[in-house]
Amino acid sequence: MVSLLYEIWNTIRQNKMRTFLTGFAVAWGIFMLIVLLGSGNGLKHGFAANWGDRMVNVVQIWGGRTNIPYAGFQSGRWIGLDDNDLRFTSQEFPDEINATMGNINLGSKNISYGTEYLSSGLRGVEPDIMPVEGFKIAQGNGRFINGLDIREKRKVIVISQRAREILFKGKDEEAIGKNVNVAGTMYTVVGIYYMEDRQDITNSFIPLSTAKMVYGRGINLSNLAFTLSDKITDEKTNTDFMNRYKKRFAEEHQISPEDDNAIWYWNRFGNYVQITSVSGFIDIAVWIIGIFTLLSGIVGVSNIMLITVRERTREFGIRKSMGASPMSILKLVVLESIIITTIFGYIGLVCGVGITEFAAQFFEPTSGRDSFNAFLNPTVDIGVAVQATALLIMAGTLAGLFPALKAVKIKTIEAINDK
Amino acid sequence: MPTIIKLKNINKTYYSGAPLHVLKGIDLEIDRGELVSIMGASGSGKSTLLNILGILDNYDTGEYHLNDVLIKNLSETRAAYFRNKLIGFIFQSFNLISFKNAMENVALPLYYQKTGRKTRNKMALEYLDRLGLKEWAYHMPNELSGGQKQRVAIARALISKPQIILADEPTGALDSKTSAEVLDVLKKVNATGMTMIIVTHESGIANQTNKIIRLKDGVIEKIEDNSEHSFSHFDIQNIK
Repeated sequence: MVSLLYEIWNTIRQNKMRTFLTGFAVAWGIFMLIVLLGSGNGLKHGFAANWGDRMVNVVQIWGGRTNIPYAGFQSGRWIGLDDNDLRFTSQEFPDEINATMGNINLGSKNISYGTEYLSSGLRGVEPDIMPVEGFKIAQGNGRFINGLDIREKRKVIVISQRAREILFKGKDEEAIGKNVNVAGTMYTVVGIYYMEDRQDITNSFIPLSTAKMVYGRGINLSNLAFTLSDKITDEKTNTDFMNRYKKRFAEEHQISPEDDNAIWYWNRFGNYVQITSVSGFIDIAVWIIGIFTLLSGIVGVSNIMLITVRERTREFGIRKSMGASPMSILKLVVLESIIITTIFGYIGLVCGVGITEFAAQFFEPTSGRDSFNAFLNPTVDIGVAVQATALLIMAGTLAGLFPALKAVKIKTIEAINDK
Repeated sequence: MPTIIKLKNINKTYYSGAPLHVLKGIDLEIDRGELVSIMGASGSGKSTLLNILGILDNYDTGEYHLNDVLIKNLSETRAAYFRNKLIGFIFQSFNLISFKNAMENVALPLYYQKTGRKTRNKMALEYLDRLGLKEWAYHMPNELSGGQKQRVAIARALISKPQIILADEPTGALDSKTSAEVLDVLKKVNATGMTMIIVTHESGIANQTNKIIRLKDGVIEKIEDNSEHSFSHFDIQNIK
């Protein structure tokens, strides 16, 4: 084996320029493959970062003003959401809907503790909202609103990490268990939450039932949200279900089924499905373009190997007359091809990974309400690098095999007399 | 002396285009240690005969025994094995590998015997030394003269300790002075007991061998005993 490698090294050394040009084609091919895959990943990571920790299978519903006169009602009637909507939503679609939650937006309120205060959006919510919107609570930072809070209409509040910093600034004391004043009503802090991609959020949450009681909104909800079950798997099932839901909603509120202004909804899952399919498409496109780029490199190697074999016919003839078996000639050519593709391919791989890692530094994830990440972390993982290496060795074998078979087929005596 | 080469009714036809019956029943026996030349005009079949003797080409019918082994319908791999073990080749155009130096060229047959690089290079140096080319061991073929190249080729033919040496016009590309030197080397090698078959069309070369086999139109015209080396330089039959 060492002898064989030495033999190959001998020929490669003999044809530096040819070897370099061939190798360059392969290196460029794999380099482009890696850069393309990295870019594709960058787009996908960008999309993914925009979802953050929020659940994707969520639908939110708002009421609106009717546009079409219906059932004796004039148009322009305000359609509000209330407990009745919560009821039919949670009861009538057991196969499609996992959890239903109502939400009351109480607008901006002043929250104070001692002399510190801040103005914060206040919402009455149900426990299920926590994973839906991607709120997190660190160890030792209390808890979110729970079912008992709802049932007992407790005056408890969950504030954000940012709000805690402002209200309890400079004080080492524990925030949990302290009472804060929310526009004249005292609430006990039970938890401090954070959002990974929105560090500046200050919204505070109280139980939905408490909000209704304290702020006199006996029946009206600002909006309701529900999570879809795993029966909703793609765009079609999603659209079908949404149409059925809208129809039921129209019936309940006596609005025209055609009235698109009376019900507003945001279906995060629909967006997610679209973007996932776009991501999948990017993936496929990138692999196809990349593989064809690499393929042109491989065809280059194969072509050069064919020419090489033609040039070396006489040498192979001499070797055969000295006792070289067909197998040994085959090995000589194939292994040379593998060595060239692998070494130069590896150089391309390392350069490609290097440049994607370098580029990754310039795409920091952004955060905030209106931030949008189009491109993030454009790198490939080690699995892709391993796959690419395997691909290279396979390609090198193929590139060398056909020329090698050709070399073997020539009769010894014809090979020796080849001019 | 025991027979080393035994040909029995060897026939060979080429089928490229019109069938060409090149060898028409060759019967020949060559003993171990002989120095034989094969002569004949071009087209007489002497190259084909040499190729068959060197297991570089197949024959159609007949039997060829080399060193008591029947050489017939061998696979390429098997043929390569016997070439490596039994035969040393010397070619008119030297056939050295251009990107290997003299030593590496000489060592090549040992590479195919799976001898380690150090050992085979050491042996190659020994053989080059014997042929007076020690200082040229690390020179590339294009830095050597014709005579030197052919001596490198002779060293390469000898290194695998073959049973026979087949030389195809070994002096064809050399001037008369170098030709004489190279022939001298070949005769010395034969003197060590090596069977040697030289294909040539030069009567001067043939005259220095002990037996001359004359081929004409694919048959052996005659086998002359030339142990007296009395063969005329003026080949009357060829002139006719």
